[in-house]
Amino acid sequence: MPNAEHHPRVGLFVTCLADMFRPSVAFATVRLLEQAGCIVEVPEAQTCCGQPAYNSGDKKTTQEIARQTIAAFEGFDYVVGPSGSCIGMLHYYVDLFEAGDSWKQRAEDLKARAFEITSFLIDVVGFDKISASFEGSVTYHDSCSGLRQLGVKQQPRTLLGKVENLELKEMEEAETCCGFGGTFCVKYPDISNRMVSNKTEYISNSGARTLVGGDLGCLLNMAGKLKREGKEVEARHVVEILAGMCDEPAIGEADYDLAKQL
Amino acid sequence: MQIKSPDFKKNARIALQDVGLQKALGNLKAGFPVKRSIAVDRMPEFEDLRDEARDLKNHILGNLDIYLEQFESKVIENGGHVHWCRTAEDAQKKILEICQEVDAKTVTKGKSMVSEEINLNEYLEANGVQPIETDLGEYILQLREDHPSHIIAPAIHLNLEDVSEAFHKHHKRPKSDDPAVLMQEAREMLRKKFVAADVGITGANFCVAETGSTIIVTNEGNGDLTQTLPKTHIVVTSIEKVVPTLEDMTLFLRLLARSATGQEFTVYNTLSTGPRREGDQDGPENFHVVLVDNGRSEMVGTEFQDMLRCIRCSACMNHCPVYGSVGGHAYGWVYPGPMGSVLTPQMIGIEKGGNLPNASTFCGKCESVCPVRIPLPKLMRHWRENEFEKHLTPSAARYGLAGWAFFAKRPTMYRMLSKTSNWFLRTMAGKKGKISKLPLAGGWTDFRDMPAPSGKTFMQQWKEGQR
Repeated sequence: MPNAEHHPRVGLFVTCLADMFRPSVAFATVRLLEQAGCIVEVPEAQTCCGQPAYNSGDKKTTQEIARQTIAAFEGFDYVVGPSGSCIGMLHYYVDLFEAGDSWKQRAEDLKARAFEITSFLIDVVGFDKISASFEGSVTYHDSCSGLRQLGVKQQPRTLLGKVENLELKEMEEAETCCGFGGTFCVKYPDISNRMVSNKTEYISNSGARTLVGGDLGCLLNMAGKLKREGKEVEARHVVEILAGMCDEPAIGEADYDLAKQL
Repeated sequence: MQIKSPDFKKNARIALQDVGLQKALGNLKAGFPVKRSIAVDRMPEFEDLRDEARDLKNHILGNLDIYLEQFESKVIENGGHVHWCRTAEDAQKKILEICQEVDAKTVTKGKSMVSEEINLNEYLEANGVQPIETDLGEYILQLREDHPSHIIAPAIHLNLEDVSEAFHKHHKRPKSDDPAVLMQEAREMLRKKFVAADVGITGANFCVAETGSTIIVTNEGNGDLTQTLPKTHIVVTSIEKVVPTLEDMTLFLRLLARSATGQEFTVYNTLSTGPRREGDQDGPENFHVVLVDNGRSEMVGTEFQDMLRCIRCSACMNHCPVYGSVGGHAYGWVYPGPMGSVLTPQMIGIEKGGNLPNASTFCGKCESVCPVRIPLPKLMRHWRENEFEKHLTPSAARYGLAGWAFFAKRPTMYRMLSKTSNWFLRTMAGKKGKISKLPLAGGWTDFRDMPAPSGKTFMQQWKEGQR
């Protein structure tokens, strides 16, 4: 990457769920990127990656959103986001345009620059100087797109290994889908429920106190199920732990300071 | 077989509450995937073989006419017959005609999913020919008037008690729950049928163009008795099963056994090359190959061509969390799991099969284990695109999507929507941090809580200068 060696300019792909449900995930991503020596900007023109349209078969809408996203992130050395699923969607843009269409080349160019945060830190900038501490045991869920599309497996574990006092307890079937699947969980709620119930059983069997993952969709699903079942496991996005930003209650926990936030 | 795919959601709900089925599915999960993984780990070149197999299949599909014609001429040269059947009905009629030519009363059958696809048993029975399934799983299903729920382990949805019950009822023997006793019983019952049958029908895992041979792989040896004892052997198979050479066939056999059951090789690999020749000690006098198209040739050259690489190993369904939750019958037709979700809409129409390619989280596990690297999630997505273009997507989903898209294409308005939704959800949650019941989101909150947003949107906070 040109001029990217010392202080790469990174466009943050916020992701809808981090924006709406858990801003701390986006803030933690910014902090990690800055610790790794990047200059971070948040392009205003970004919205959603387009996955809901893509997976519903609405190719035209997906193309329109893709063009908007491609344009919003042109000029950055890298595009980084706290989600394997959304970044994976950015990689799919190349399949949306025919050969010869100039957008295809621009999509290829975006794909080459777009990374999931833990993969970016390890695979691109080789950063693992994590200065965070976390009391307790965690178990890591491998979200599907990150794992199978982007090859995110060891990177978050390597980084978690640098966190002081943290103990990683692997669960059984860490690579099995949690049943979220975007609109799948509301279109096929019974099946989704079975899948997430299997998952929460593996999670609690691991003995870990905290569930950690790299995708908020999956985490909201599993955290919601853990809460409903009354299981004493909390859920956090991996970047919160890596950036040492765990002051905020875990996902779906009670004591948000509502008065301050409303 | 009655098509029940449009009722997928209902079928799935029932399946999830079926205690026996859930127990049986648990056995599946602990079986095939574990065995496959061990077999694959023991073969360092496995990933390379997958590439090779994908490329070879692509080559075959690009030259399908040439290899099929070569196969046909070799079968004829060997003294056999080839029948080209465009539709399921053509294939039914042709097979009945062959049976009637030899005045067949009973027909033994080896396991064949193509015969399920063309609804052969029902058709033969209605026309006075009694089919007898000889694969143990299929035999059990026939006694129970049931259908396969899996392409290689057809009775995987049953438990030992079910088999014991069925045998007791039909064999009129003392009830036993000892698998060895039950197997012996089935053997004894079937032995007479093998000898009495006028025609033997098998499928084919592959058809070899250079020799005009067909091959079946089984673990029971029932296929051998089915095809060697009767006077007439009918192979019913489909056009994409052709491979150029015996050598090519072995590549697929290595992948097939490991991907399917985790075996290094299936126990019986039986080649059929024409009818009995002079001096042969056994074998049929007549050898027929019924080549079924049934929509396959329409897939060649389209976005669905990759599906024709499928070698029916079942790895995709064995590893699928949706199949693992609901089993094969919920899919409502012959082919279940990810491969069925792509193939079924082609064969019964997207209007009836539309639920299947939608019932996937696109987790990608199927593609990651497919021995011929079929991009199954991508093909399921193509069906969704097809549905969307034909306006078959349910209207609620369609309007919801259109509403969302309106905002997603306008960043400033999208911010406002996020801000409002964020505020709404936080208000709903109050101080609890989660929402237990949310209007219009019952699909979510019936089963799990909805974690509430933990503060204003990131974009708001970022603009306010927070870091």
